[in-house]
Amino acid sequence: MTKPLEVKQESSISIRSGATKSYALQESAFVKWSLITISLVFLSLFLILPLVSIFVTALEKGWATYVASITNPDALAAIKLTLTVVLIVVPLNAIFGIVAAWAITKFSFKGKNVLITLIDLPFAVSPVIAGLVFILLFGAQGVFGDWLFQNDIKIVFALPGIVIATMFVTFPFVARELIPLMQMQGITEEEASISLGASGWKTFFLVTLPNIKWGLLYGLILCNARTIGEFGAVSVVSGHIRGMTNTMPLHIEILYNEYQFTSAFAVASLMSILAIITIIIKNIIEWKVKDV
Amino acid sequence: MELTLKKRKRNTIIPGFSLTLGYTMLYLSVIVLLPLSMVFFNTLSLSWSELWETIAHPRAVASYKLSFGTALAAGLINVVFGTIIAWVLVRYQFPGKRIVDGLVDLPFALPTAVAGIALATLYSPNGWIGQFFDFKIAFTPIGIVIALIFIGLPFVVRTVQPVLQNLSREIEEASASLGATRLQTFTKVIFPELLPAIITGFSLAFARSLGEYGSVVFIAGNMPMKTEITPLIIMTKLEQYDYVGATAIATVMLVTSFALLLLINIIQWYTNRKFNVQ
Amino acid sequence: MRKKKKSVLLAGVISSALFLAACGGDKQVSSDGKFEILNVSYDPTRELYVEFNQAFAESWKEQTGQDVTFQQSHGGSGKQGRAVIDGLEADVVTLALAYDIDEIAQSRQLLNEDWQTEFEHNSSPYTSTMVFLVRKGNPKGIKDWDDLVRDDVSVITPNPKTSGGARWNYLAAWGYAEKKFNGDEKQTQEFMKQLFGNVEVLDSGARGSTTTFVEREIGDVLIAWENEAYLSINELGVDEFEIITPSLSILAEPPVAIVDKVVDKKGTREVAQAYLEYLYSEEGQEIAAKNYYRPRNEEVLEKYKDQFQSLELITIEDFGGWQEAQKTHFADGGTFDEIYQ
Repeated sequence: MTKPLEVKQESSISIRSGATKSYALQESAFVKWSLITISLVFLSLFLILPLVSIFVTALEKGWATYVASITNPDALAAIKLTLTVVLIVVPLNAIFGIVAAWAITKFSFKGKNVLITLIDLPFAVSPVIAGLVFILLFGAQGVFGDWLFQNDIKIVFALPGIVIATMFVTFPFVARELIPLMQMQGITEEEASISLGASGWKTFFLVTLPNIKWGLLYGLILCNARTIGEFGAVSVVSGHIRGMTNTMPLHIEILYNEYQFTSAFAVASLMSILAIITIIIKNIIEWKVKDV
Repeated sequence: MELTLKKRKRNTIIPGFSLTLGYTMLYLSVIVLLPLSMVFFNTLSLSWSELWETIAHPRAVASYKLSFGTALAAGLINVVFGTIIAWVLVRYQFPGKRIVDGLVDLPFALPTAVAGIALATLYSPNGWIGQFFDFKIAFTPIGIVIALIFIGLPFVVRTVQPVLQNLSREIEEASASLGATRLQTFTKVIFPELLPAIITGFSLAFARSLGEYGSVVFIAGNMPMKTEITPLIIMTKLEQYDYVGATAIATVMLVTSFALLLLINIIQWYTNRKFNVQ
Repeated sequence: MRKKKKSVLLAGVISSALFLAACGGDKQVSSDGKFEILNVSYDPTRELYVEFNQAFAESWKEQTGQDVTFQQSHGGSGKQGRAVIDGLEADVVTLALAYDIDEIAQSRQLLNEDWQTEFEHNSSPYTSTMVFLVRKGNPKGIKDWDDLVRDDVSVITPNPKTSGGARWNYLAAWGYAEKKFNGDEKQTQEFMKQLFGNVEVLDSGARGSTTTFVEREIGDVLIAWENEAYLSINELGVDEFEIITPSLSILAEPPVAIVDKVVDKKGTREVAQAYLEYLYSEEGQEIAAKNYYRPRNEEVLEKYKDQFQSLELITIEDFGGWQEAQKTHFADGGTFDEIYQ
């Protein structure tokens, strides 16, 4: 999907010599500024204003209310739960992403396209269905329902259910980031390393990893962002127990349903701040990549 | 690179093929395939006529039309504006560009429910934006389109942007030096190069929009036959303890999504091949 | 070669370990004489149970010396019922309609099918009814159900398919029309069609509808639980809304039940039983009344009679019970679906 990291090789975007100006290589200033204006207006209507409205509503009743909403025990429990989920899901999907990308890009085999399509699949599955399938699997009436009940293992309506549903939804992010990158880099460097006697392990750490580290980090960040924000799928498997199985997005919904709009938006603004930090880190990575 | 890879087949000396592929398949099966297969298994308990009755029910059909229609509209709008935004971000310098560039990713990171609530607040008849319009925006199909534009925008921008960045200026220069106007250069030279990326971006945004739930329910109005999206039908069936009915509709959505994704990959494969032939 | 294998194995081990760690972290009950009760309830009871849980915990501590803590889960009644069926281990359920608890009893036998006889008054310690919330001064002059089918009135109600409260709304309106047309089903159906023709937004839950009506300022009248109507006036604007009680409505009985299989497994039956019985005690009834639920206890009702206007009330029995009502009106192909054909 998002491949801004393939960017680096062309530098022709930068400054062009005076001579080329005689050709029709540049749009007129009018076109240029209209396009910029169109973009900005469009982004304002659909991205910036919603963001601003979140912060305005959150701070409507003053800073004290804002702080109180965020430090409320249920809010803190929700934040803690969300972070726990992140700590489990992101490393697991990262390991998968690296392994899958290695298998797909370093070797040639039949059915590769189908495999990539299957890895993509969670992108296109409705979050509602993503939650539903785990109910069908691990719910009390599901395939493993009886066995889980007898052995007293709780999956849905507890942390494991939230984790696994989130894992499903964020499954492709790291893999999808790495596959095009590693495909572009090819296998010559690894082959050289191996033929010089390095082990596979060493090759991975000393040759492959440095090459993909920024792509990996970028994938991690996207995966992380989506993990924090996932709502639909988690809502189906959470059980909505206050202070226990409510993630941040679910907590926002609950506050909203309790007519505590200011608190709901306060927590939402906290999540927006997380999103913005994510975006800033991502941009720093991109600048680094461009500098390299 | 593709070519060298293909020639080598399995003669590569790089280790770990069976293990990495095995792990990939295992993880994929446990997390994605096994759970998704449940949808089909549950649907199987219906007879063909029951299945048909469920998925061809007028309300379900109305919801497919709505979901497809709004996802299509939002996708097309995103294609136009997303491409313009990508163009502006790659080709022009202006103050605040980096901030704008970063903001494009916001819909990826912001929880959908938050987006839905914020958009409903803005576009409802008494909202900041809604008050300026004589007609209702939130709680109509237009509201749904707005939510889907929000959800889908980064898909288009982020697929077109890198292609645009990698586009070599030489062909543009060649076109210009041969006397083409800027518009001609764009439509005849640049646009064809961007088209595969645009189609991919559109399909991703479209597929994502089809299934979107969290942001849409807050702004849709949820009127049967009018503003009831397909994921909501699934939810409605679940609330009535009709699991089988819910999975039947889910099957329709899953098959559609898979077909779409396959289409994207075929497009990518096709363009890759074209590229390699060159 | 070997090492690569090892690394992949390692990855596998780490994955499973992390996942098992996630599975393991589930603490449950009374290891040290402390009870933890999970009450799975529907949307509008949040405020009620916050207050009631505290009162009960104190009274229980006084009586037995044991500590009891509560977990609350709220959501749409149907969604909550489904969560319990799918394995949410609720000790007690306090839902919007008996139908949802019936489903729990039937599909997994988590409790007896005659659960409704376990406690007094159909196991419904408090009741409510459906009233209208209108904007201050009642600009559209809405008095009764008839006004809701007028062309110039726009109505907000949740979707009966997804909301328990909305089903009570629907049946109340149906009951009114049936009486008005002397039981003529065609005319009644036509009345309902006109009524829902005036509905502008059909949210999936009662709280969503209130938000649409109050925050988005859409619609002239909101059909709501009486307790919700009071709550929204108090929480969202004393000077902005009025409650209109129609001439006829339905006696809404939100029932409570112990989930037998869960309490037996967790060993919490005694405290769960006492918890639900406490709802019938004077203090419990008082808390219910304070939260605008109509108490069963006559004395408490007398004390709060100012806030509960008397009106003609039909009951679910007039529809032949929930199973029957569900089949006729809300199941696929029922009268509600016909409205939108």
